[in-house]
Amino acid sequence: MEKFTTHTGVAAPLRHSNVDTDQIIPAEYLKRITRTGYEDALFSAWRQDPEFVLNDPAYATASILVAGPDFGTGSSREHAVWALNDYGFRVVVSSRFADIFRGNAGKGGLVTAEVDQEVVEQLWAILDAQPGLEITVDLQDKQIRAGELTADFTIDEYVRWRLLEGLDDIGITLQHSDEIAAFEQERPGFLPTTA
Amino acid sequence: MGRTLAEKVWDAHVVRRAEGEPDLLYIDLHLIHEVTSPQAFDGLRATGRTVRRPDLTLATEDHNVPTLDIDKPIADPISRAQVDALRANCAEFGVPIRPLGDADQGIVHVVGPQLGLTQPGMTVVCGDSHTSTHGAFGALAFGIGTSEVEHVLATQTLPLKPFKTMAINIEGELPDDVTAKDLILAIIAEIGTGGGQGYVLEYRGPAIAGLSMEQRMTICNMSIEAGARAGMIAPDETTFEYLRGRERAPEDFDSAVDYWRTLTTDPDAVFDKEVTIDATSLSPFVTWGTNPGQGLPLSASVPAPEDFDDPSERAAAQKALAYMGLEAGTPLKDIAVDTVFLGSCTNGRIEDLRAAAEILRGRAVADTVTMLVVPGSVKVRLQAQEEGLDKVFEAAGAQWRNAGCSMCLAMNPDKLRPQERSASTSNRNFEGRQGPGGRTHLVSPQVAAATAVVGRLAAPSDLVEV
Ligand code: SF4
Repeated sequence: MEKFTTHTGVAAPLRHSNVDTDQIIPAEYLKRITRTGYEDALFSAWRQDPEFVLNDPAYATASILVAGPDFGTGSSREHAVWALNDYGFRVVVSSRFADIFRGNAGKGGLVTAEVDQEVVEQLWAILDAQPGLEITVDLQDKQIRAGELTADFTIDEYVRWRLLEGLDDIGITLQHSDEIAAFEQERPGFLPTTA
Repeated sequence: MGRTLAEKVWDAHVVRRAEGEPDLLYIDLHLIHEVTSPQAFDGLRATGRTVRRPDLTLATEDHNVPTLDIDKPIADPISRAQVDALRANCAEFGVPIRPLGDADQGIVHVVGPQLGLTQPGMTVVCGDSHTSTHGAFGALAFGIGTSEVEHVLATQTLPLKPFKTMAINIEGELPDDVTAKDLILAIIAEIGTGGGQGYVLEYRGPAIAGLSMEQRMTICNMSIEAGARAGMIAPDETTFEYLRGRERAPEDFDSAVDYWRTLTTDPDAVFDKEVTIDATSLSPFVTWGTNPGQGLPLSASVPAPEDFDDPSERAAAQKALAYMGLEAGTPLKDIAVDTVFLGSCTNGRIEDLRAAAEILRGRAVADTVTMLVVPGSVKVRLQAQEEGLDKVFEAAGAQWRNAGCSMCLAMNPDKLRPQERSASTSNRNFEGRQGPGGRTHLVSPQVAAATAVVGRLAAPSDLVEV
């Protein structure tokens, strides 16, 4: 996995709360069996609307999404993270993330920067005033810098460490294979098997 | 200090605990299906890894499968590719599978419990958010993403941070006409779609203890709609009786029961949060909007955006009403539907089918309504046929289908057309969930059946005697 330390890019304001994963990527795209190539699927229903923010040429190269509260609710589909990644997003900023989405994002190398809703509103105002503005998300310092505004964000510390180091989860766990084997020895005999 | 049920199950599965790291939790049962597994197997192949415990893993086919013509190859090439990929991956990695045509095929959350694979105190995961269903047995069960599916396949563990715990205390008894589905819709409306964020919910109280296992599964199933990671109900005699004699129930059943009896929240345990709901005040409940928290008693009217103080709720209501094509102030019972869907992992079990059949017996589905009855598994279908329920549904004019997720999500041929309106026993009313532009009202099986007869949202008590 690629290391993430700091990222500067165009930020797009997504003035919606409760952006559920069905909106991020509708179910019809889940039929694919590949792991990449979902850029066309991202917000595909909303993108039919010419007024939708990502259809504005100012945000053509957007890599940071600034959204309302409860981002990523609904189905656990990890495709939501892949679609955001494939489209070119590296960071989503929101005042609240759904748990599963947040977990999936961390594994997929997508930064979820949680800030107060007040900060989201400030960012929206700044981005509306200067469409296409580049902002910086600094994972080292846990800071967002947009024009005059500097705001701290929160992210799970362990996820942050993994992203900074570019470490793969399974590799970390496999270092503990002996402990897993020891645990298996102690499991009660009445537990079911599928075989 | 005492521990909650969730904490007991968690603690019993910690493989490794170290300062500054998430706990490494052992997974007792990993259920997989065709949608969220292909990329995980791809990942294993790419890294040369294997499945650590195929014997704790079970695959079934559900999301993509058609519910008609199941003896023919799946017509949609993409659906077929996913199902074929699952079969090939299971063969390559030695994972047991219950494919289309197998007596145990069905929705993954119906199949696990019916085989007796889901047992109290276990950790159960699946790449599907409604894995919370299995919490009805006092298991810690939660949905995971595809990377986590890969992680569990490779290691049979997951690195996780402990969840917070929330007690949902249901006080009093449920009135006669109120079902488990009404109760969970009312709970979600109360705590909100984000209210359970980060929590494991434990449903407690006499009304919960009085529910059957299938009703408990309906409740736990929709925990995710309240934003929670999981929902749990402490195992009791009802749980043990359900499990006794099932194919995968423990051979040494008594020792298992001895352990299972310890799986209750200690009297002095402290929850991070507690919510109390008065069961006696509830009545049949439906959703009017585009998230499962936007629900009201069926006797109410469509709300106006101004009814909401919170600005984001107000905006959400406005958007929902426009999408749903609803006028504020319309009595919910005046809303006509085109389609009634009875099925899904929320309400596709035998008791759900029985409850709906009871109402449809001797009655007819309105001419303006198409009703689909989709058993959650092949076993449920066969059981229903043995009881003659299929005949009741067909005599009433409903369609009797094969097992699968069907119209719960728009991934197989069963879909709403744009602007079509459904009363659905499934769990999500998001925009486009049942087909692009489709409009969904979530209801109980009983309300679904009554609605099918009347052609408008209706409770069984609205029907004339037959
Ligand atoms: S029935 Fe619906 S909610 Fe349940 S597993 Fe299938 S698609 Fe998901």
